[in-house]
Amino acid sequence: MSKVAELPLDDAGIGNISDYRSNSLWRLTLRRVLRQQSAIIGLILLGLLVFLAIAAPIIAPYDPDQVLIGVEDVKKRESPCIHILGCSTDKTQHLMGIDGNVRDEFSRVIYGTRVSLRVGFVTVSFAVLVGTLLGAISGFLGGWVDNIIMRILDVVLAFPFLLLAIAIVSVLGPGLTNAMLAIAIVSIPSYARVVRASVLSVREQDFVEASRALGASNWRILFGRILPNSLPPLIVTATLGIATAILDTAALSFIGLGAQPPTSEWGAMLASERNQVFSAPHLVFFPGLAIMLTVLAFNLLGDGLRDALDPRLVHGAKK
Amino acid sequence: MTQYIIRRLIAAVPVIVGVLIVTFALARAIPGDPCTAMFGEKATPAVCEKFNIDKGLDKPITTQFWIYTQDILRGDFGESIRFKRPITQILIERLPITLELGTAALVLALLVGVPLGVISATRRNSPVDVLTMIGANIGVSMPVFWLGLMLAYIFALLLKDTPFQLPPSGRLSAGMEVIPFYELFGWELAEGTFFTKLLEFLGNFYIFNSLITFNWAVLADAIKHLILPSLALGTIPMAIIARMTRSSMLEVLGLDYIRTARAKGLSRWNIVMKHAFRNALLPIVTIAGLQLGLVFSGAILTETIFGLSGVGRSLYEAITARDYPIIQGFVVVISVGYVTVNLLVDLSYGFLDPRIQLD
Repeated sequence: MSKVAELPLDDAGIGNISDYRSNSLWRLTLRRVLRQQSAIIGLILLGLLVFLAIAAPIIAPYDPDQVLIGVEDVKKRESPCIHILGCSTDKTQHLMGIDGNVRDEFSRVIYGTRVSLRVGFVTVSFAVLVGTLLGAISGFLGGWVDNIIMRILDVVLAFPFLLLAIAIVSVLGPGLTNAMLAIAIVSIPSYARVVRASVLSVREQDFVEASRALGASNWRILFGRILPNSLPPLIVTATLGIATAILDTAALSFIGLGAQPPTSEWGAMLASERNQVFSAPHLVFFPGLAIMLTVLAFNLLGDGLRDALDPRLVHGAKK
Repeated sequence: MTQYIIRRLIAAVPVIVGVLIVTFALARAIPGDPCTAMFGEKATPAVCEKFNIDKGLDKPITTQFWIYTQDILRGDFGESIRFKRPITQILIERLPITLELGTAALVLALLVGVPLGVISATRRNSPVDVLTMIGANIGVSMPVFWLGLMLAYIFALLLKDTPFQLPPSGRLSAGMEVIPFYELFGWELAEGTFFTKLLEFLGNFYIFNSLITFNWAVLADAIKHLILPSLALGTIPMAIIARMTRSSMLEVLGLDYIRTARAKGLSRWNIVMKHAFRNALLPIVTIAGLQLGLVFSGAILTETIFGLSGVGRSLYEAITARDYPIIQGFVVVISVGYVTVNLLVDLSYGFLDPRIQLD
């Protein structure tokens, strides 16, 4: 990976060799990311979500699928009971209330973090993998291969995102895995385009020419030289893509094409209680808030990464 | 310019052909054969054989695609399994609802998003800027279906019996009736002609219809019903547009010619609106055009929440009922519409920025 040397100047403006520090692009990026408030908020939020996902069995007071009929004296769609907010201590505390199937909503929301983060990472990883391969081949080989791949991707992009995902799921059948696959398929073109554009610009650079002169194979040049240098824009797109993937999978679940009951997926949880919004708004409010905060975390982080990795914005010209 | 338009139109043809191939393939890939989907338990071998011959399903796949393309070019999208009615007729009734909603949402997004972005950029790092950007970040992260439900809860229940109360569903209040303008004007229409269908289509735009028939009560009621859905649908595009306007304006405001304009002593308004905004417009138009896809996708969710029988909700119902001809027909119409709007956005560049040589 490219190295950037920072040479602090002394009073006379001459570099002090003993203070020489060598920083990888990633360390520099991290430092720049950490200088941005929004990115820090995104990172903190994301860290919290990852912690919730990992520690769900410890944090959640109940199993997400446990029906509390006969276990506790609670009613269907009961409002939240929080002791410090005045709820009687005789009653068991339910921070987000009870859902329509008499389950603890808080536990379901906490476990939902696992589902949503998995959805985001798996979907985007698949799309990035296929998209990178297509974009790299397209950009590197050029000619008719490039033309065919790009025209096919143009067709995919001609459909509104969620609409095509809906059409694909109606072929594959409803379910969380199929919904994730559909979202991954429709997001492939974005990654392929980003990688292709990077490959096109990187492949003309001198170090690639040098590798070629040294006798490196096409495969080695593409995967060893060009792709690692095309990573920054891909990372930004992927981070923002996780946000979109989580949002769209929740939307598919909301219309009944994604996660099926009793999965504690936020979109599906919201859908099953949407007709009760007037009588039990907490059952709609909390899952939605959870989706929003998760998406917000990735959006903030993605924006921060974009600003940190954009060379035009490095020297104080940050927007 | 004409040459450029023709070139872009020709370039759009393969994409539209691709869209047709994809929807054709999707419909064929759906599990179960069309006959069973259409007739259910009544799908006996004899019935299916006749159905397959009638629909051309016994012919080679390439011939089937050719028939399908010809039908679509004629505006014939087939018949709905559930309603046993031509899909074109369903589109005439329901597309205006989605277009009305989408237009209202986009207008709202532009009317609020662009000024907010401009103010944010000109007052960078001020409380207005910080608040706008926090709002925009939250706005782009909000699930449209959640926002819709929360808006309905706030404006229909919490603010009930206040002047801010708004209806959470439907297009008009009970008792309100819309008489299509062609009926009110006493026009004699020949059944089944393209012109009649066009008038029926236009008559289903309640706002347009009530405007030209001077029916102010219906107009006010229709607008009142449109506020919540368009607010729900328009929030994400609004946030995206505000962010794009801000960043585009900041880029332009940092250029030398703006400093020159300042040095010349031009007023702040003059610099921002005449010099900067005009040049910052291109990315804004691009992003606004791209929001159309988001609006169509969001319409599926918004219409479901607000009980509007538009294309989005019909599509949702068609999916639940496995009404494949409707899914196929609607997906084609929406996608072709999307391609067309993107084409128009591309073409608008030349008008917005004369420096772009389209030829």
